[in-house]
Amino acid sequence: MTIKIVHYLNQFFGQKGGEEAANLPIELVNGPVGPGTALQAALAGKGEIVRTIICGDSYFNENEGVACMGIREILEDIKPDLLVAGPAFNAGRYGMACGKVGEVAHGLGIATISGMYNENPGYELYKNYSYMVPTSNSAAGMRQALPAMVKLITTWAEKEGRLGTPEEEGYMPRGLRVNVFSEERGARRAVNMLISKLAGEPFKTEYEMPVFDRVEPQPPVMDLSKATIALVTSGGVVPKGNPDRIESSSASKFGEYSVAGLQTLTCESHETAHGGYDPVACNQDPNRVLPVDVLRDMEREGKIGKLHDLYYSTVGNGTSVANAKAYGHAIAMHLLNAGVSAAILTST
Amino acid sequence: MKLEIGNIHVKALEFAENTALSAGTVQIDQQALVGFIRELDHRIASVALDIARPGDKTRIMPVKDVIEPRCKVEGKGSMFPGRNPGEEAMVGEGRTHVLKGMAVVTTGKVVGFQEGIIDMSGPGAEYTPFSTTLNLVITCEVDDTCNQYDHEAILRKVGIETANLIGQLAKTAIADHSRTYETKPLLEQAAQYPNLPKVGYVYMLQSQGLLHDTYLYGVDVKTILPTLLYPTEVMDGAIMSGNCVSACDKNPSIVHQNSPVIHELFEHHGSKYNFMGVIVTNENVTLADKERSSNYVAKLAVQMGLDAVIISEEGFGNPDADLVMNCRKLEDAGIKTVLLTDEYAGQNGESQSLADSTPKGDAVVTNGNANQVVHLPAMDKLLGHDTYANVIAGGWDGSLHADGSITAEIQVITGATNELGYHNLTTIAG
Repeated sequence: MTIKIVHYLNQFFGQKGGEEAANLPIELVNGPVGPGTALQAALAGKGEIVRTIICGDSYFNENEGVACMGIREILEDIKPDLLVAGPAFNAGRYGMACGKVGEVAHGLGIATISGMYNENPGYELYKNYSYMVPTSNSAAGMRQALPAMVKLITTWAEKEGRLGTPEEEGYMPRGLRVNVFSEERGARRAVNMLISKLAGEPFKTEYEMPVFDRVEPQPPVMDLSKATIALVTSGGVVPKGNPDRIESSSASKFGEYSVAGLQTLTCESHETAHGGYDPVACNQDPNRVLPVDVLRDMEREGKIGKLHDLYYSTVGNGTSVANAKAYGHAIAMHLLNAGVSAAILTST
Repeated sequence: MKLEIGNIHVKALEFAENTALSAGTVQIDQQALVGFIRELDHRIASVALDIARPGDKTRIMPVKDVIEPRCKVEGKGSMFPGRNPGEEAMVGEGRTHVLKGMAVVTTGKVVGFQEGIIDMSGPGAEYTPFSTTLNLVITCEVDDTCNQYDHEAILRKVGIETANLIGQLAKTAIADHSRTYETKPLLEQAAQYPNLPKVGYVYMLQSQGLLHDTYLYGVDVKTILPTLLYPTEVMDGAIMSGNCVSACDKNPSIVHQNSPVIHELFEHHGSKYNFMGVIVTNENVTLADKERSSNYVAKLAVQMGLDAVIISEEGFGNPDADLVMNCRKLEDAGIKTVLLTDEYAGQNGESQSLADSTPKGDAVVTNGNANQVVHLPAMDKLLGHDTYANVIAGGWDGSLHADGSITAEIQVITGATNELGYHNLTTIAG
């Protein structure tokens, strides 16, 4: 079977010129160009480069949105089995473009194989989206880079996209966790690992423990009586009916809701969307997770200046750390823009 | 304790005029069994029975529990002891018969958010270990006087009592295969293999609160201090599931009955190490409880003279803290650890996977990324209710499509990332 490939190149490798052609907008040409010709030959019928997208590095990086839209349309139209980008070596703008087109293709469910130097910023930023073979830092390494890409493309085609580990297949780690079925069940693998650990023999952990960020505490609020305090929760408290349909686990979003004029939350007005803890106590009295009642008391007593009119809520259950971090960042920006002095975070 | 397990291989499961076992065929008198179940609690509003066989185009959801029918043939006690007065005898000794290859599966309207899917064929079947058993499916609904706790307790009872009743069929049957498991009292066990390293199993049980509970001899484990078990006790149902944690990594009762780490540890017992016994512990929500229980686990492991342990987790997020505390404190006490967990690495696998971490955890077995998205095609037959696909943990608004297919995280599939290592899924760096 021959797989259908679209190849992405910059102006230089697309034979349009050097830096003077770096503002070239997207051009779509039939068949392979430049390094694509060598790739196609080496693929020996296993893959066919049907079209080549050529785009100037400056144009791509200065008009990223437009360029990506154009490339998305091309990919949707041609529906290739695989996108090949570069190799980009250590060319920064070219690497960023190769990485970004990999992200665009990923969004369409199309895999990308690329090649670049491991310090190219395009690798660090876009490694999640492409299989990238390591190359030398300059085009002088083309003779090594192309066979490595051909090998990976061939294996990708043979394994119908189910590539093994970076070590086995020769691509740079994508920073992704990928599910596979193992021959032995987990309990047996654990016992085998235990035997090796006891014997002092080498063993390979299946998961390297993560290293966590540490957030430096902010200086204390000097005068609470003038402070605007916001409530933020991962306990899933939402207006009754969960208007934004925040998921009970692995939340894809957070919600922003008003408590302006509300003296308290009730079982009629609010509930929890969280699927990871016993919801009964929270549903009976949602103040137990989002303490609006107590903060209103403190507001009346002058202990705090004001309870912020909006609160933010998501579900912490099974939500990946990467998503949680993104929601935290976005919520913090909302609070900063609103002039909130401090926030109380409640978890469950 | 010495327990002989006799497996009777169930080759067929069918409805018939009488409930009986002959030549590997289990026959169920449907009407009589429905009557038996309805008598278990007056709040039961309806009961339906179905059989789901491997390869059937059948979807069962939302699944509460999966239980293997067993019965005591010799020795004290009863299956899943401690639930009723008069059932306080210790189990794990004598002889137990097992109807191997079948299971009782309970379903019905959702109790919590976290009940799962069993597909008997198609891509979903690969992810659940319970697509390979002959399943007697009980769809049980309760009346509206029941709150969620009552609902869970009734369904738990329905599953366990039905499995025990059917298990009685095995009492006089001839076992196709038997195996004896033995663990001696601590001093004798230590003396049996004096030159082998002593290993144990730290068995963490979900106890985050109502709807997230597990029972040990009928006792809610959130109220226990960590304690010791002979490995064979769980084979007679000393541990019973009562929880509605995410379907992929909660342990249905059948997983405790066939507790995989215990069975795998017996494989090299006496050759590579000396398997001394089991420490059961909980996963309570307060920091004080977590500290106390993990301190207690480390103390017991030292008291037993252990050199190494396997630690398994149940659930994720909050219990990651218990896993990490157990690991850190045991390693600090000079006891080597291997951890069993699963991952929540995001739908594309791009995130870090655990909510807590320790550099001491250098030997980890992962049972898969629960956030991976899977498409489950529509089935010909649905047992239970598929509308819950949009709300159960791992689904989202729109998970259930008009044609009956479901797109959701594998978190929704019962047993997909089981952290006792019951199944074969794992995660690699890619």
